[in-house]
Amino acid sequence: MSDTHAESVAYVRDTMLPQQPPPASEAGAVKWMRENLFSGWFNTLLTLVSLYFIYQIVTGAWPWFANGIWTASSLAECREILGGQTGACFSVLTERWNQLLFGFQYPSDQYWRPVTAFVLLIVALAPVLYPKAPRQLLVVTALYPFVAFWLIWGGTLLAPLVALIGVAGGYVAFKLVEHQSFAMGAFAGLVAALVIWVLGGFVSGSAENVLALQPVPSRDLGGFMLNMILGTVCVSLSLPIGILLALGRQSSMPIIKWICVIFIEFIRGVPLITLLFVANVVLAYFFPPDANIDLVLRVIIMITMFASAYIAEVIRGGLAALPRGQYEAADSLGLDYAQATRLIIMPQALKISIPGIVNVAVGLFKDTTLVSVISMFDLVGMIRGPILASTEWNGVYWELWGFAVLLFFIVCFSISKYSQWLERQLATDHR
Amino acid sequence: MSTYADPPSRAFTPSMLINDRRYRSYTFQFIALLLLALAIGYLVSNLLENLRVAGLNLSFDFLGEPAGYDINQTLIDYTSQSTHLRASMVGVLNTLLVALLGCVMATIIGVAVGVLRLSNNWLVRKLMSGYVEIFRNVPVLIWILIVMAVFVAVLPQPRDFRGDDAEAQMLWDAFAFTGRGFYLPKPIFAAGSGIVITVFAASIIGIFAYRRHATKTLYDTGRLLPTFWPSVAIFFLPTLLVFFLLGGPIALEYPELKGFNFRGGIYMRNSLISLWFALSIYTAAFIAENVRAGILAVNKGQSEAAASLGLRPRRIMNLVILPQALRVIIPPLISQYLNLTKNSSLAIAVGYMDLTGTLGGITLNQTGRAIESVVLLMLFYLLISLAISAIMNVYNNAVRLKER
Repeated sequence: MSDTHAESVAYVRDTMLPQQPPPASEAGAVKWMRENLFSGWFNTLLTLVSLYFIYQIVTGAWPWFANGIWTASSLAECREILGGQTGACFSVLTERWNQLLFGFQYPSDQYWRPVTAFVLLIVALAPVLYPKAPRQLLVVTALYPFVAFWLIWGGTLLAPLVALIGVAGGYVAFKLVEHQSFAMGAFAGLVAALVIWVLGGFVSGSAENVLALQPVPSRDLGGFMLNMILGTVCVSLSLPIGILLALGRQSSMPIIKWICVIFIEFIRGVPLITLLFVANVVLAYFFPPDANIDLVLRVIIMITMFASAYIAEVIRGGLAALPRGQYEAADSLGLDYAQATRLIIMPQALKISIPGIVNVAVGLFKDTTLVSVISMFDLVGMIRGPILASTEWNGVYWELWGFAVLLFFIVCFSISKYSQWLERQLATDHR
Repeated sequence: MSTYADPPSRAFTPSMLINDRRYRSYTFQFIALLLLALAIGYLVSNLLENLRVAGLNLSFDFLGEPAGYDINQTLIDYTSQSTHLRASMVGVLNTLLVALLGCVMATIIGVAVGVLRLSNNWLVRKLMSGYVEIFRNVPVLIWILIVMAVFVAVLPQPRDFRGDDAEAQMLWDAFAFTGRGFYLPKPIFAAGSGIVITVFAASIIGIFAYRRHATKTLYDTGRLLPTFWPSVAIFFLPTLLVFFLLGGPIALEYPELKGFNFRGGIYMRNSLISLWFALSIYTAAFIAENVRAGILAVNKGQSEAAASLGLRPRRIMNLVILPQALRVIIPPLISQYLNLTKNSSLAIAVGYMDLTGTLGGITLNQTGRAIESVVLLMLFYLLISLAISAIMNVYNNAVRLKER
């Protein structure tokens, strides 16, 4: 070939040139920076402004953080040690650590109880949140509410035990009657549970010292523990209620539909704080005069109502997003309403609504700080009340609020990261 | 001969109420109604019993009684001798004020952050997502309290403005930013100011009319009229002309330092400003996510198709991307406005006297009318949210895809 044009062409290359490395400006970090930081004058300006901003933050915060005092016993002592330098007074965190976490009234020799409850919470949540965890752990999950109640509020173990037996008895009764119809089964289960609770109530009421922990009244709960308790309890209670409300709102029975619509729209239309006012000053009027329902329980009732209305709307969105064919396919298989809902509709609708439910859960957990407005001492209430008002620590804003921001950020951010992960896990459509 | 006949319909039996789908729903609804009636009856009887024991009755007469407390930030005339109803009105206006201010500022910040999160500048993108994550994942109550603490700690006190070599200076001798709040010039309306304002409103309408006319001319004749400079001219010229012809009927009253505090001008308390600012930056983080999602929701093919038609980038944004993105952005945006309005009830934490602070706070505590106050409070917020939902429905119907 090469000699075909030997007479007409002066030179023909017959070998490939070796590959050259790209120019320095088109490779590696330089290329990345040119593309991502300095493409055009506007981007360069933005980069410089951002860098200046970061520089300001870092140079402002670093000496403050690095000079931090961890061992003083009051703000005055902190300032004395610092001697005019900028520096944080983190000793408020170390000194008031227990108050920030548990409130200022929880008996200090009993701190192991909420800590144990918290550790058990992680164990109990693992099989629910993480599909690969050993399934046997679900037993812990089932037992957890009763154990946690006993650990945190104390009293005799018989009370949660009776509650547990009631639930178990109700479940057995439901299973026995379920073959007749779902409604009959649910009714039988409810009756069985109520009977056991009433009977067991006499037993546990008469033996208050069997396996008893020191009882802690609800008003002694406080600190971040209170936020965690309110968040966990209200989210887990509001999920089933929210599912029922969503089904009710989608129902073809007009009366049930309108009851659900009015409830949901009313709750969603008012701020949580007015509902907390209701819990604080109004709700007591609606209970029998001799019933002494404590504030934490009233707050749990109202927050649960609040959260269930929002969760109902999220799940309604999931139900509406299901193709009609799913409902029709379930009908054509001969499944009745309860079976179709449990086996076909709900698993898919819940999967669609996971991001929304997590949003509601995060929002609810953040909203538990609002109880500080009705003078309960959760984390924010502790900071605003007993700590900032004390003579030792009056004026330590940044450290305390920074700590609160950090705690909430860690919890909420990990929840939302988890939901993104779960979404990817559950994504069964092929894209 | 047998003919086709309907299958014999079975006579109604009571068991059909449970087993027949045609009747079962009536049974369930009847049970639900019965349970609801029982529950309401039980609660109401408890309520009446409790009220009887406490010697109370339900009445709204307390609204007509003198309130007897002062409100430090009011939009309408109010003294401690005014009625509780008047105090509640002050609260309502204060709620609406902070909600309105907050919505405007949250939209501005949120849209900017949302667009910057899509920037091709890596550093800006990361900074903005850091902002969004931090503010979304921490309770708004904590932000309100932090902003309030920072506000009081960082800004100078009014006494720092005193003396010849004062530590703090007023901006253009008109604005003073102090830890107690902002002092701004206040317009004083003299006779004839109504005319100026009318002319100003008319010129705004004039701008829109001119722009319509320009568009119509473009579509009818293909002639492109200038819009920017004529709009600016219409905006300023008539109003300024009337203003000077009438001899300047609108003057500004500047805040002045008298003793240890400023007098005159408009005074925005630190509680209002920190609430406004905190609600804005918190809600802006959510709005930024909505804006980002809305822009990402527009198919890439749309901008490519527009580019292949020969549109310039700005026109692609204005005519193709934005109209489609807004359809996605606006519904969640409006529900964020609703959230902001509801969150403004946290004003009570910094002592800003909105409706929750007046009616749900001091009035409730002074008169002991818990049920009536809380019911009125809820009704107000319910009314606002229903109004906003109605607006949203109207909008959704207007922008719904007109499918064939």
